[in-house]
Amino acid sequence: MRRALYLLPVLVFVGLTGLFLKGLTLDPREIPSVLINRPVPEMALPPLPGRGEDSGLASADLKGQVSVVNIYGSWCIACLQEHPTLLALKARGEVPIHGIDWRDDPAQGAAWLAKHGDPYQRVGSDPAPGRTAIDFGVTGAPESFIIDREGVIRYKHVGPITPENWRKTLLPIIRELEKR
Amino acid sequence: MIAETGHFALVLALAVACIQATVPLAGARRGRAAWMAVAGPASALQFLLIGLAFAALLHGYVTSDFSLVNVASNSHTDKPMLYKVAGVWGNHEGSLLLWVTILALFGLGVTLFGRILPPGLKARALAVQAMISIGFLLFLLLTSNPFQRLDPPPFNGNGLNPMLQDPGLAFHPPMLYLGYVGFSMAFSFAIAALLEGRVDAAWARWVRPWTLAAWVLLTGGILLGSWWAYYTLGWGGWWYWDPVENASLMPWLAGTALLHSAIVVEKRDALKSWTILLAIITFGLSLLGTFLVRSGVLTSVHAFATDPARGAFILLLLVLAVGGSLTLYAVRAPTMKLGGLFAPISREGALLFNNVLMSTGAATVLLGTLYPLIADALGLGKISVGPPFFNSVFLPLMVPMVVVMALAPMMAWKRGDLGGVLGRMRLVGLIAVLVAAGTWQLQGGSAGPWWSAAGFGLATWLGLGTLADLAERIRLFQAPVQAPFRALALPRSTWGMILAHFGLALFIVGLTASGAWTTESVQIQKIGETVTIAGYQVTLKAVEAVPGPNYIARRGHFTISRNGVEMAEMSPEKRAYQTPPRPITTAAIRSGVTGDLYVVIGDPDPKGGEAAGYITRLYFNPCIPWLWAGGLLLMVGGLISLADRRYRVGVPARAARATET
Repeated sequence: MRRALYLLPVLVFVGLTGLFLKGLTLDPREIPSVLINRPVPEMALPPLPGRGEDSGLASADLKGQVSVVNIYGSWCIACLQEHPTLLALKARGEVPIHGIDWRDDPAQGAAWLAKHGDPYQRVGSDPAPGRTAIDFGVTGAPESFIIDREGVIRYKHVGPITPENWRKTLLPIIRELEKR
Repeated sequence: MIAETGHFALVLALAVACIQATVPLAGARRGRAAWMAVAGPASALQFLLIGLAFAALLHGYVTSDFSLVNVASNSHTDKPMLYKVAGVWGNHEGSLLLWVTILALFGLGVTLFGRILPPGLKARALAVQAMISIGFLLFLLLTSNPFQRLDPPPFNGNGLNPMLQDPGLAFHPPMLYLGYVGFSMAFSFAIAALLEGRVDAAWARWVRPWTLAAWVLLTGGILLGSWWAYYTLGWGGWWYWDPVENASLMPWLAGTALLHSAIVVEKRDALKSWTILLAIITFGLSLLGTFLVRSGVLTSVHAFATDPARGAFILLLLVLAVGGSLTLYAVRAPTMKLGGLFAPISREGALLFNNVLMSTGAATVLLGTLYPLIADALGLGKISVGPPFFNSVFLPLMVPMVVVMALAPMMAWKRGDLGGVLGRMRLVGLIAVLVAAGTWQLQGGSAGPWWSAAGFGLATWLGLGTLADLAERIRLFQAPVQAPFRALALPRSTWGMILAHFGLALFIVGLTASGAWTTESVQIQKIGETVTIAGYQVTLKAVEAVPGPNYIARRGHFTISRNGVEMAEMSPEKRAYQTPPRPITTAAIRSGVTGDLYVVIGDPDPKGGEAAGYITRLYFNPCIPWLWAGGLLLMVGGLISLADRRYRVGVPARAARATET
């Protein structure tokens, strides 16, 4: 009986470990976004300087075709990390990618694209305080949204897109939406 | 090149740690002195190598080498030097490197100060230290390399989170880590004792100062963090029951219990198995904190860039370290010889009672912290556990603890006389009841919360009780003339106890008053307008823009008067940092004995603009300085106790006795 008492701590710990294992598969940050399955917010963002008159981003531009809206900024290091992946996706032409240059000076946002390559079809400028991105429910950059043909937000991806999570998560969702 | 050298040094340190973890252990088992002696030089070499790696990363930050991913994402050329240096540990990889550096430093400490330790115990303890080191070095090298390069390097860095650009926070993490990692010493010695199958007074006498040092540093780290939250978050609060705050409070509670039960082992040769268990749990909770912050299983304001792969790795470490040692405990502890017996009413009994309450307190904090995870894992939905849970479960547990805390030092070892002690505390008890009743009267009865009276009564009981104990020890009333000499002759550990217990009484005053009677006033204030709070007239005189090194501040100038007499000027700021862009509030605080006047300036009126005025928040936080003073006294008490001479002359006792017989 006394020996059993000494086993108690390790048994409690085994229970905790099971809990933590389960916890690792869950994401507490994944707050079920209230904006999923809602139309994209009303917006008409101006284009970046030097990218053409009609290259800004408005709500109407997101209708008719499944597309990805990517939030970036020239100040964001993780965006630089994600950038080669976006360029490769553009080269493959699977789905149009639009950008929102968030909380950024438009000139710097344009210079950043000129320097590192431009993966976007349309880019809207959303300088500080970045109202449109807030309407999207953006919590940080980079973040990407999958928009369906009707202009409804269907998925939100937090953090950089990598070839792996593109293949495993984002692309299947896009294919599914394109079939509908 | 320097960064690669640092990386290589880490790999070498891993190799050295592997040797240190195995050879001395085998030597201790087979009784080979030469094998055991490997531990000393190995720990020194390990410290040199890890220190070199730390210096290499520091060099990267100081010279703003943006070809390192770590530096580019966390530093900026415009940053003041202090924050370039603090940037080293302001991120996941760097803070982990600091963690192993401190671990190696403690290992070196055992080698340097442990000459008089029994060689077997020393060899085993250092081997256990090296095992922890192996785990964390692998973690660094495999999942969180701080020396990763970035090609092409960016023109400038991303900047350190402006929240962290503050002197209070620059030193908060290293101090906290010194505390967390310091508990690894008690852990390593506990495992070594389990392996040896022997715990005695000399063991406790060796473990106690290290635990005490770690406890003082952890206390300091927590205080710095709270103080920072108090003056920088701009909400007037200092503790939020955030998961990461809880992660530091749990080892603190367990460590406090360990500190006290180690006294019983040292003085009475009892509670040995319980002390070993506490040593394992205390360090286990420190590791758990690391896991919770970095794995992403809980959300917190402190969360580092999280990554499930890292989480899985730390969980594995946690299972090996804590699961392994608890299993060892389950196997070996029942075979250990039982120590001295004692009656329930005795100093040992009182210490054990408080030990159990402390541990239960730590367990409730653990439950509250993990509850969102439990609910999520069981599919009960996303919930968060806030202050109401902790206030209504944790705080009541602490009430009987404080009551007994005042009595325990007066009780005799082995068999105490509760009636006699209570008799001597009669006057203190009467005053405490009077203070509670007076508090109730002054706050206007049920106009304030009922527990404010209880809190003040409790603080009086503990504070006066501690002073009464001191008076009795120096026979203040029986022989007042000799009393000062007796006071000087008291052991430093006794003084440490008295100061720390008295500090807790002050802390309870601050905790109660600030929780019960904080007043707050939020408004739009025009230039020249006066707002009255807690009897002070606060006038906004002017607002100006002030450039800082890497931010622009909006500084408000307020004058404070009382009864029409101008007494002070206060200038809070709201700073807009450029890299990364983020606003930070810096409150202006004027401290007095009765409390803090706390002034925050916000944005201009969202509708009318600057002409219409600014949003200002004014607080009066009663007795907050008592809280900081109490916290400082806890630390001072710990430090004085650490300077007790028996830690310097007492340790060789075992060796000396061994040669005599």
